[in-house]
Amino acid sequence: MVESRRWLIWLTHGILLLGVAVVAFPIYVTFVASTHSLQDVVQSPMPVLPGGELVANYLQALAEGLGEGAGTQSIGAGRMMLNSLVMALGIAFGKIAISIIAAFAIVYFRFPFRMAAFWLIFFTLMLPVEVRILPTYQVVADLGMLDSYAGLTIPLIASATATFMFRQVFLAVPDELTEAARIDGAGPLRFFWDVLLPLSRTNIAALFVILFIYGWNQYLWPLLITTDQSLLTIVIGINRMLEVGDDQAEWQIVMATTMLAMIPPILVVVAMQKLFVKGLVETEK
Amino acid sequence: MAKVSLRSVRKSYGATKVIHGVDCEIADGEFLVVVGPSGCGKSTLLRMVAGLESITEGEIAIGERVVNALEPAERDIAMVFQNYALYPHMSVFDNMAYGLKIRRLSKDEIRRRVEEAAGILELGALLDRKPRQLSGGQRQRVAMGRAIVREPSVFLFDEPLSNLDAKLRVQMRVEIKRLQERLGITSLYVTHDQVEAMTLGHRLLVLSEGVVEQLGAPIELYEKPATRFVAGFIGSPSMNFLETKLTDDGRHVVLPGGDTLALDGAAAAANGTSPGRPVTLGIRPEHLEIVEESRASAHLTVELVEQLGADSLIHGRLGDESGPAMTVRLQGIHAPGSGESLPLLAMPAHIHLFDPESGVRV
Repeated sequence: MVESRRWLIWLTHGILLLGVAVVAFPIYVTFVASTHSLQDVVQSPMPVLPGGELVANYLQALAEGLGEGAGTQSIGAGRMMLNSLVMALGIAFGKIAISIIAAFAIVYFRFPFRMAAFWLIFFTLMLPVEVRILPTYQVVADLGMLDSYAGLTIPLIASATATFMFRQVFLAVPDELTEAARIDGAGPLRFFWDVLLPLSRTNIAALFVILFIYGWNQYLWPLLITTDQSLLTIVIGINRMLEVGDDQAEWQIVMATTMLAMIPPILVVVAMQKLFVKGLVETEK
Repeated sequence: MAKVSLRSVRKSYGATKVIHGVDCEIADGEFLVVVGPSGCGKSTLLRMVAGLESITEGEIAIGERVVNALEPAERDIAMVFQNYALYPHMSVFDNMAYGLKIRRLSKDEIRRRVEEAAGILELGALLDRKPRQLSGGQRQRVAMGRAIVREPSVFLFDEPLSNLDAKLRVQMRVEIKRLQERLGITSLYVTHDQVEAMTLGHRLLVLSEGVVEQLGAPIELYEKPATRFVAGFIGSPSMNFLETKLTDDGRHVVLPGGDTLALDGAAAAANGTSPGRPVTLGIRPEHLEIVEESRASAHLTVELVEQLGADSLIHGRLGDESGPAMTVRLQGIHAPGSGESLPLLAMPAHIHLFDPESGVRV
């Protein structure tokens, strides 16, 4: 639809700007709060312009978090971000690796109970982490993986969604390509490595972005599985900072940590954006 | 270089039989075209030679080697697919070189072979491009190049021209023919297009519903079709057929409206033994003439005229409007009006007779 009436242009832009403001304003407030001292932040009304404590606040957040004063011994956002990074990357790479191999097997090999295997995987789509969280916890505990990176990542790696997506990608690869590779003398692994993997490149990138953010934002699972302070992920860490009982929460540090927590997902999206969009819209194989 | 032998080759999927026993020897350097309507099993046959389909019964040998149990890569063949099947993420060079890399040829040898093939196919300037940056004809050439660099003993073509537009198809057809003659590699070519089949093949194998209808040189198929199916399939526009019967003396056929048409000596002699039997008469549109009234053996009531410039196709009915449909091909420009009645002569030497039940030539 092409409309060129002047007031419509104002209206549409107005609505868009409003939408942007609704999303951006809380982030702005968070940023402003992270640049003031505690006294400034808690006074009413809160300052609207950034203050001068930026460097000090972020350094403190990164290095020591709330410090010894907050009751429990605390770790800095740097360590928490590292934990989150390990978890998010572990989940993203693990899921992609497992599911692309599973999809390869299901699409290209005829083995007994192939369809049964596919449907079993498919049914687990209906079982999100929250539904199976108690049995999974039990398994992880029995395997002695509590309070470890392995415990944080491995149970979240199996993925029906990604397997299903790669299956669709592989099904869209023309049979003739497989046959041409056979005539060229490429064995199954060679074909997977030389043809399928490069062809799924954009899909892998799109999936990586989605899974990285999924892993980064995990809350319930790390909350259950880790009690060790040194394994806190940043999402859990922020929450812990607010559990101060009757004390005054150190908002400027909390806000600085929050800002820091947002950076890696943004970096991943920005870096992968071109491939990500291509992976979602590309149809040409 | 090798001959290819198919010995009572059969294929079935479960209880469904697709190929009912094909026997055929393709000589070294021969260009054999397998032609038939879609679904006749011609692609299946080709894929069995390629090793992409298993062989239910019978034997396929390339050279002296029975290849039934060999993987496609071990059969010393190269195949050109209908949709080209180029690797979309590889450059033209890599597409051609991939099979050679897997065979662990030296880098120099790969480069030499690819550049030679690129030279033959005029792809030299395109070696760094990706397939999606190429036109249909260029992709087709790359697919051929990929086949050439393998230096196989047999080329297999699976309807390689059917994705091209009409003009390019004619051009590539000539190129394929020239290339095959130059390289002298035994080729098996599958198509549903009878013009392609006629122009390309040294011999044609006409397949219908998994049965070999006829195997022979193109002109042989045109002049002496073994069955009614071949008669109708080869030649365009296709042959006119008329259900009729022989007269009692076996030297004439009865036309609708009661006229009779004399057969020439050979056909008459062959039928002398069975006077009065029902037959299917076949005559090609180009073997019908418009003549003066006195020589006419029948009349055509005109319905529609198609002007092709060099030829005119006149569609009409034999006798009056209720008669059987008939097409006449005349040289030059003719424009009879609709409903007009034209005196028609069938050249006796070109009349084909088939058994109405079995379709076999009599």
